[in-house]
Amino acid sequence: MSIRIRYFASLRETMGRVEEQIVFEAITTVGEIWKTVNEGRPLPDNILCAVNMEYASASTSVRDGDEVAFFPPVTGG
Amino acid sequence: MPVIALKDHPFDPYQELTAFRTVQGGKAAKYGAQSIFIGTMRDFNEGETVERLWLEHYPGMTERELARIVEQAFARWAMDEALVMHRVGEIKPADAIVLIAFWSAHRGAALDATRFVIEELKHRAPFWKKETLGRGTRWVERNTPA
Repeated sequence: MSIRIRYFASLRETMGRVEEQIVFEAITTVGEIWKTVNEGRPLPDNILCAVNMEYASASTSVRDGDEVAFFPPVTGG
Repeated sequence: MPVIALKDHPFDPYQELTAFRTVQGGKAAKYGAQSIFIGTMRDFNEGETVERLWLEHYPGMTERELARIVEQAFARWAMDEALVMHRVGEIKPADAIVLIAFWSAHRGAALDATRFVIEELKHRAPFWKKETLGRGTRWVERNTPA
């Protein structure tokens, strides 16, 4: 299954990319996706995540075609 | 109908309020209270002069989250109208960043809803500020206390 992964703000700069498309063999979770793109490190507490533009957590499951986003704490207003 | 908009160019919150009031026209006598919050850009932060800001957002999710916050305010307080505008892109000192306005029969609901929306927006809406200082740029890492 194919997942679109997007990064925002300071995390986008740290990762050195805006987004990527990664193919996973089985249904996975947000936390497992983070580990895949971060050499096995767990999702830090200070990184927020969303699946299909809804806030999610490391344990949220992800399906084929989903969009997963990772970003730092928000600072609008 | 609440209006929620992202603006990629400077906007004058007072003109927006006047335009919104004109559109609402005939309903003006229903409101006993109007509460307005305008957030503008400071030219200092954490002890340094800030020359300008870049406001990044997550297109799609930002609009969705703002709509949800406003819906929650309408569910919680008896509210007639709402206008929420937020800048994205490059912002200069003194420019308006956010406008939140509520119209209600009574002051308590209007004031409480306005406070609720700005605080929820700051915690949930996916916006990020990057400051340009004399010595370079830096991401704002956290909100200042209310």
